[in-house]
Amino acid sequence: MNNRLKVLRAERDWTQAQLAAELAVSRQTVNAIEKGKFDPSLPLAFKAARLFGLSIEDIFQDDAGR
Amino acid sequence: MNDSKADGNDWAASSNRNTTRLKVWTAAWVLTTAIAAFGPKLVWDFATLPTIGAQLLNLGTGVGMIIATSRYVQGLDELQQKIFLQAGAITLGVGLVCGLSYDLLEDVRLISFEPEISHLVVLMCVTFLVGTIAGHRRYR
Repeated sequence: MNNRLKVLRAERDWTQAQLAAELAVSRQTVNAIEKGKFDPSLPLAFKAARLFGLSIEDIFQDDAGR
Repeated sequence: MNDSKADGNDWAASSNRNTTRLKVWTAAWVLTTAIAAFGPKLVWDFATLPTIGAQLLNLGTGVGMIIATSRYVQGLDELQQKIFLQAGAITLGVGLVCGLSYDLLEDVRLISFEPEISHLVVLMCVTFLVGTIAGHRRYR
């Protein structure tokens, strides 16, 4: 699964630690999601979408659907 | 955003509290295990009442440690839980397979000494440690 988390974070000039605090997860988890090593759960994806004011599809894209 | 920031700070603080609570319970369990193991021989000369008391204290502290571990795991984020689960699964498998094989070694006379449960505990601890480190490296 691809995602735009790193781009969206950079646009807001946030560090991984700041984004992790916003999402109530560890910095390692944010890093793993950004690198595509870990796919977040639906609740965490919704939380990220709410935080950035976007839909889940605007942040996360399924590889198979492309 | 401020609310979610507060959530994040709450999560970090809660996670630290859970970790500290687990450390305290683990230390208490180790201490009561030492008392239950060495107290009868070294302190109260195998008197029944203090021995039963020490065993019950050890058991109760062990239950407290298990509850603290459960809360610790529930307080982890989803990636940390995944790493913990994978390390735990490997540890369970290694403990079961190696533990039974180790126990059989004496029965089939491949070793001359009686298998010690402490060897299995050390093996499981090392396996969990290696599994946890490997998990963290995988998602680094």
